[in-house]
Amino acid sequence: MTLVGKDIVSIRDLTKKEILEILNYAKKLIPFAKGEKRTHALDGKVLSTLFFEHSTRTRLSFETAMHRLGGDVVGFADPTATSLKKGESIADTIRMADAYSDVIVIRHSQEGTARLAAEFAESPVINAGDGAGRHPTQCLLDLFTILTEKKKIKGTNVVLLGDLKYGRTVHSLAYALALFGANLTFVSPESLRMPKETINDCIEQGVEPVSTVNLEKAIKNADVLYVTRIQKERFPDPAEYNRVAGAYRVDLELLKHAKEDLIIMHPLPRVTEIAPEVDKTPHALYFKQAFNGVPVRMALLSLILGGKV
Amino acid sequence: MRKKELKIPLIKEGTVIDHITAGNAVKVLHILGIPERTKSVVSVAMNVKSKIGKKDIVKVENRELDPKEVNKIALIAPKATINIIRNYEVFKKYHVHIPDEIVGIVKCPNPTCVSNSKNEPIESRFLVVSKDPIRIKCYYCEREPDNIADNIL
Repeated sequence: MTLVGKDIVSIRDLTKKEILEILNYAKKLIPFAKGEKRTHALDGKVLSTLFFEHSTRTRLSFETAMHRLGGDVVGFADPTATSLKKGESIADTIRMADAYSDVIVIRHSQEGTARLAAEFAESPVINAGDGAGRHPTQCLLDLFTILTEKKKIKGTNVVLLGDLKYGRTVHSLAYALALFGANLTFVSPESLRMPKETINDCIEQGVEPVSTVNLEKAIKNADVLYVTRIQKERFPDPAEYNRVAGAYRVDLELLKHAKEDLIIMHPLPRVTEIAPEVDKTPHALYFKQAFNGVPVRMALLSLILGGKV
Repeated sequence: MRKKELKIPLIKEGTVIDHITAGNAVKVLHILGIPERTKSVVSVAMNVKSKIGKKDIVKVENRELDPKEVNKIALIAPKATINIIRNYEVFKKYHVHIPDEIVGIVKCPNPTCVSNSKNEPIESRFLVVSKDPIRIKCYYCEREPDNIADNIL
């Protein structure tokens, strides 16, 4: 089994065995991700980061991951400063990045862009989020966080909360959690329910998710509460956003109903869905989760480029 | 065979599409661009009794279907048979078959899918997830259309 040269567009591009290989390797890379140990595993390799859409954590953690592995980074975080402004196609932009680098990381607001990139690039392509579509590396770091904290995924009670319709992280995550045998509960406003494709994906993996609007009830047995922001930028109709914004809020009052060892995760950025008072509780795992993006992306880059630490 | 075909007039040259799922004849006409893109005489029979239950039949005079049109029909009438008629006789008869991949035939229903972008050098592309019942998934964004017939290009 080798991941060298592989495109990672969707979490489905990886087998369960490959996912575990990445996660186990990521664990070993934590001291390197923190800068406590040094490596030159990817010396001379270049990563291009094509961020057609804004990002803080994903872009910075990919860049940090590449630097920590001894590689270099080129790219852009503002597409208005590129020839796309002149009407150049994404396909041609990809061909250029392909010529200048050994691996491409791409984020775009249109679904399917990373798959298109993989078609036009000879170098491996990693999807860093395509619109409301997929975000496989977020999924990997989420699995890594659950596995590190709970020691297992199978049989763990995971509640996914918030915008389950447009939230791209939850679609990949629900599939992957089902693949590993977690028990799933989906909590969202009626209008933001999990799409049927994702529910079918879970069922195909042998997991029958429960969908509800009642968070108080769902949180009682939860081991993991995965909160997502209701993303204003994904709503075609602002009136629809206004109807559901602020539908749920995780605060100390709600946590009175929760298990003592419940962990709360969030892909960030958060707005009002988690009260700041929760940050100081042992439940809050979201900042550690964000750090986990570095070792997980280091593991992926290292395995894809064949430069083992 | 002859007796059944008499329900609607025999044709001298053209195509008979038989065993269309009852009720889907109108969708088949839409796929073939009838009446907008043809001057051919077209006969339609709906809810015709047959050994395997009710079916629809479409006869198009003076036009032989090409493979791309046949593949489109397969998507909405997977049990259809195509009879090419020459001089009142069945010259060729075949069953439609659903390919594993459908390129340039169905539009992705997701407006923000990159395959709907006019600026990119790609065609719409779907992978067939299941043939019976038919389910297809966009190669790019992985969305499944609820209604394939409504999204035929």
